[in-house]
Amino acid sequence: MAELRLFGRSAAPGVAKGVVAVLDAARRPRREAAGTQAEEASALQLALSQALAEVEALAGRATGEAADMLGFQVAMLSDEELVRPALEGVGAGESAAAAWEAAMEVEIAGYRDARDDHFSARTADLEDIRDRVLGHLEPGGTGPVIPDGSVVVAADLPISRFLAIDWARGGAILLTQGSSTSHVAMLARARGVPMVVGLVGAANAMAGREALVDAATGEVVLDPTEATLAIFAAKADREMTAAAASATFRLRPAVTRDGTRIALNLNASSAHELEGLDPAICDGIGLVRTEILFHGPGALPDENAQYEAYRRIVAWADGRPVTIRTLDAGGDKPIPGVTVDGESNPFLGLRGIRLSLRHPALFQIQLRALARAAAHGDVRIMLPMVTVPAELEAGRKLLGEALASLARDNLPAGHPKLGIMIEVPAAAIAVDHFDADFFSIGSNDLTQYVTAAGRDIGTVADLADPMNPAVLRLIASVARHGRETGREVSLCGDAGGDVRVIGALLRAGLRSLSVAPAYVGAAKQAIAAIDLRDATP
Amino acid sequence: MKDHTATAHATDRTELINAVGLHARPSVKLTQLAKTFACRVEIALSAEGPWVDAKSPVKVMRVKAPRGAVLHVRTSGPGAAAAADALIALVRGGFGEETNQPADLRHG
Repeated sequence: MAELRLFGRSAAPGVAKGVVAVLDAARRPRREAAGTQAEEASALQLALSQALAEVEALAGRATGEAADMLGFQVAMLSDEELVRPALEGVGAGESAAAAWEAAMEVEIAGYRDARDDHFSARTADLEDIRDRVLGHLEPGGTGPVIPDGSVVVAADLPISRFLAIDWARGGAILLTQGSSTSHVAMLARARGVPMVVGLVGAANAMAGREALVDAATGEVVLDPTEATLAIFAAKADREMTAAAASATFRLRPAVTRDGTRIALNLNASSAHELEGLDPAICDGIGLVRTEILFHGPGALPDENAQYEAYRRIVAWADGRPVTIRTLDAGGDKPIPGVTVDGESNPFLGLRGIRLSLRHPALFQIQLRALARAAAHGDVRIMLPMVTVPAELEAGRKLLGEALASLARDNLPAGHPKLGIMIEVPAAAIAVDHFDADFFSIGSNDLTQYVTAAGRDIGTVADLADPMNPAVLRLIASVARHGRETGREVSLCGDAGGDVRVIGALLRAGLRSLSVAPAYVGAAKQAIAAIDLRDATP
Repeated sequence: MKDHTATAHATDRTELINAVGLHARPSVKLTQLAKTFACRVEIALSAEGPWVDAKSPVKVMRVKAPRGAVLHVRTSGPGAAAAADALIALVRGGFGEETNQPADLRHG
């Protein structure tokens, strides 16, 4: 058979080879009601309780997003309202399966037709619930068994099906519909499962055929020739070697080819995010975002809750410096009761330090919590969105008051260094006017303010490029000022973890970067390939 | 906005400020909270109803309340005022979720 090439969009990179298993969405005809109404009703209740037990078991093993979405299925399956319409159908003489399917079709249609994407995205969960219950009602069991290592082809893949497959044995996901922003796509990226969405082709004709998947490009080859197999094998080898290489770099210090030591720090939002990570992979934490603390239900976090959250991160860092950014709310990160609604241009509005200075009581609580955490390690406080030196001085004064009040209360506290983020062009250009202990370049906002282009606005996102010479010149001048005055300069935007940009940042004079934990290996590997003795990249 | 009377009835309302409205996760949180109260707890998108049992996730999800909708809460029975206050606080707190897109990642 000649080989056949199909194309879709990449949702999670990776290459895989396997036999296609099709998850068939087509419905088989339902059997006639075989028992009495009472027997059909109890068969339906039994199938529901079996389905609920299965989903509860899956939910018990899941974490994060997956646990939340399975929790939703558990809540739905536990609600008698879900089965009520189907029981009415059984009462009217339908079989349990027919009544259930018809009732669920009505329920699902309500989601499918929802004008709001967040509700229509739940259609897959409702279909999953429907099929799982049907599997228990139908003779022959719980739907097709998917052998490990299969290339799974489906219209869309429910999270519970994804979690039921042992991906450690290889395999890939090919969806004829689906989206790269779906929960399953996020899980696939996290687990390293190659995934392609929007695949054009007849799914049913693929069953049982050998498939090669290059999910980075979205290419799928069915019934590959020997030559194609060899090309894919080489590609898979290269990918494995690259992944292994960047993994070996993770625990090494970041050093350029010419021997220049680069400080590589982590960005984090909570101690939870750092669990299971070895602190030895980094030189410290370059950015702790504190907004997440302020998004819990109900009241804003009190001093003790904040202190505890910061102290856990400091304990994880085990003596390494931890730079914590004070509340950076406003702009696109509203907090009820604190931020201002309806600003005409929130990115140019009351955000970051501007907002904290308007809420001195709230700010004081955070500064006290940070100073108390500083008793446990090298905590540094970083003020976001600073535009003029007066904001830094106001922050310093409030920090002094926080320390004085802690001394009066006999609470142990450290004296954290006080630095500022460089993200407003005014601060980047006149950096010598700021008497900060350190500077940290927020490359995302600096880039968008310098280029006057929002990264979240698709039509101009290309312009928001950290490689723009104007952005790089500003970074170089801040780095030079830091060297000349003995102040540390770091960078904590996405650019720091972008292997295409790292070279330019180091050549601009930066020697400290802060990146998401997932990028540590790749960033160190990229740094090792850079020779700063070369004039050009 | 509040109408806490001595006869153990309470009504209140607030805007859905979380990013995605009363979708899966917020609905589960809302029904779990409602179930902790013995009183009758109902929600609606208008003061005129239709009122929906806030303890049923299936019914709450059928409301399909989007971000920006005003959610009305009506309770009656023992602990009615506390139940209404708790539900309103959950909604005003954005269900403990991000109130917008994952903006954290966009800020350096």
